[in-house]
Amino acid sequence: MTATATSARSDLSELGRSETALRTFLHGLPGVDQVGAEQRAAQLGTRSIKTTAKAQAIDLAIRMVDLTTLEGADTPGKVRALAAKALRPDPADLSCPHVGAVCVYPAMVPYVAEVLRGSGVHLASVATAFPSGQAPLEVKLADTRAAVAAGADEIDMVINRSAFLSGRYKEVYDEIVATKEACGDAHLKVILETGELATYDNVRRASWLAMLAGGDFIKTSTGKVPVAATLPVSLVMLEAVRDFRAATGRQVGVKPAGGIKTTKDAIKYLVMVNETVGADWLDPDWFRFGASSLLNDLLMQRTKLTTGVYSGPDYFTLD
Amino acid sequence: MFEYAPAPESRSVVDIKPSYGLFINGEFVDPTDGGSFKSINPASEEVLAEVAEAGAGDVERAVAAAREAYDKVWGPMPGRDRAKYLFRIARIIQERSRELAVLESLDNGKPIKESRDVDLPLVAAHFFYYAGWADKLEHAGFGANPRPLGVAAQVIPWNFPLLMLAWKIAPALAAGNTVVLKPAETTPLTALLFAEICQQADLPAGVVNIVTGAGDTGRALVEHPGVDKVAFTGSTEVGRAIARSVAGTRKKLTLELGGKAANIVYDDAPIDQAVEGIVNGIFFNQGHVCCAGSRLLIQENVADRVLESLKRRMAQLRVGDPLDKNTDIGAINSAAQLARIKELSDAGSAEGAERWSPPCELPDRGFWFAPTIFTGVTQAHRIAREEIFGPVLSVLTFRTPAEAVEKANNTPYGLSAGIWTDKGSRILWTADRLRAGVVWANTFNKFDPTSPFGGYKESGYGREGGRHGLEGYLNV
Repeated sequence: MTATATSARSDLSELGRSETALRTFLHGLPGVDQVGAEQRAAQLGTRSIKTTAKAQAIDLAIRMVDLTTLEGADTPGKVRALAAKALRPDPADLSCPHVGAVCVYPAMVPYVAEVLRGSGVHLASVATAFPSGQAPLEVKLADTRAAVAAGADEIDMVINRSAFLSGRYKEVYDEIVATKEACGDAHLKVILETGELATYDNVRRASWLAMLAGGDFIKTSTGKVPVAATLPVSLVMLEAVRDFRAATGRQVGVKPAGGIKTTKDAIKYLVMVNETVGADWLDPDWFRFGASSLLNDLLMQRTKLTTGVYSGPDYFTLD
Repeated sequence: MFEYAPAPESRSVVDIKPSYGLFINGEFVDPTDGGSFKSINPASEEVLAEVAEAGAGDVERAVAAAREAYDKVWGPMPGRDRAKYLFRIARIIQERSRELAVLESLDNGKPIKESRDVDLPLVAAHFFYYAGWADKLEHAGFGANPRPLGVAAQVIPWNFPLLMLAWKIAPALAAGNTVVLKPAETTPLTALLFAEICQQADLPAGVVNIVTGAGDTGRALVEHPGVDKVAFTGSTEVGRAIARSVAGTRKKLTLELGGKAANIVYDDAPIDQAVEGIVNGIFFNQGHVCCAGSRLLIQENVADRVLESLKRRMAQLRVGDPLDKNTDIGAINSAAQLARIKELSDAGSAEGAERWSPPCELPDRGFWFAPTIFTGVTQAHRIAREEIFGPVLSVLTFRTPAEAVEKANNTPYGLSAGIWTDKGSRILWTADRLRAGVVWANTFNKFDPTSPFGGYKESGYGREGGRHGLEGYLNV
């Protein structure tokens, strides 16, 4: 295996040079059987995670949250409050860990940066004409550079679905490469918008494309289209990062985003990570939840485990 | 890193009596000669209950009760009224499914996840399905007025105790027969709880009779001159003996016997899902499945890749306490079966196949066998020919579709097979050529009451399930 992995490594770096090579490679990946993938995801969802395992999972999930607000109505006051919550999610219990990152629009980055500076909480900004990505490349790159300059250390870009769905894989690839370069030291998360890719075969191909082009994370969704993260889509993406590491030696993170609202959901994802890619990914550096309302449910369940009683929603901050 | 805390299902939901009699003519009675045996929990070797052993005299009583119920009550009863009882039984099974699932896992050793999510839903579904047929038999395709046979003698195995009971009893009763059923000696308890459900449903006395015991009881039952129909699920060896004893009599016979199914993985298969299917095919129910995909045939050009994925997946299997909701593989049903699995596995190693199991800690007490695969297996190896009936997979390779079919069919059995490919035309081409009663495409071990199930060759004859399953219980 090591010998083939090494030779595969050099092969893969050449793929981005030609449309034909990319297409041949992506269409040569093993197919995904829809029924089977959905069944496996559902099966993993029946694991029973209780007591100590649940407590451990909740704290891990909190540390993996990318606390997000992406609204036209976001204001400096709103995002500052969100950043404060990211630092101290449960003011009543200081043993509660901080979240993984705060995720906002580029214009809001400076206000969040003030609050998070030196805290260890990452600052993510969506960019590249989020959520549609329907802007000229120069605009997308300028968007990215501006977000990084304002203090973002993680960039959540969207892939060019228009190019992907019409089969122009090299164009998608080149855009990711260019965005990665514009990021400088910032980590690049590549949003596939799986709800628009529709098939699991497409999800697998887009995952590989994003990884080949240098993405540090692959992310399911913008949260702005009707179908966001699902367990089977995340399963296919986890299989892709697992296989990509086996082939190239490089580890890529995964971020399901949108629609994950409850502790129960979050735990299903953690079980899936655990049993698909293993402990190496059970870390905020390699797995994140893009979510907003999830955090309060995690806090509520955490309080229940420590105190034995449920507190009403008014005991948790609504920022 | 992320250890799952124990999540045991409570065993207090089920009330196991210290001892059980025979269920004859609607009530529990003591056996005439007073014999008994113990049913144990294979995961701990703890004795669960003392169960009566039926002798020839008890079988006589049970057959007589079934005959009387057939002549006086169940035979003359309109189909729509029989349906009411079957629907009622189905509903009670659903209501008491947790209790039944826990008891099944205790007595059999299978993980609660499977008894809860597979066995019990299917048991209820079989009763619901055949309840629907009871008043529509003239539309089943067997003529205008198909008649029941009379008294059915049914002998079932230990791998799916309650599900096999449902496969046997539901169609028999729907068609208007009465039954005497003998559950396996290592797993009699859910059948006895089912007897209580028959009482709860006010099923007329004698329609269902349950006689517990081992081989002698079974022999007395199938050889009894008063039975009109024999249905058996179990080993090919016993099936042969039954076929011999029934030959020349008026008894109608259906047999569902062993298997050595090929699970064929072509090079264009969806690999991650194929691996799930391989795991489900051989490790479901500890491999105690007559239709298990026990021979994996992989196209040689993807064999390394598939095996690497399979091994990684097998390392995730959780072996242990059957009542833990996170257990994937439970206990081997009996010491005798464990010995058989060990013997064949040792033969596999001795004949030169390469053996592999993931690192896995097995409990000290009870009967356990780690999930195992053998690579480098050839058609000449015993582990490629004999049914192991345990969590042991033999891996063979092939070069062309024709070779895959040839190897798949090169067995005296013919119960089931699996095909994995993204190409629809190849599925059809292969399925046409496989001599197996059930062929699954891009899935494995899927069951449904509407779908007929049964074998070719030494895997038996007759079909169970679906409209076809009625035929074995009608005079057609």
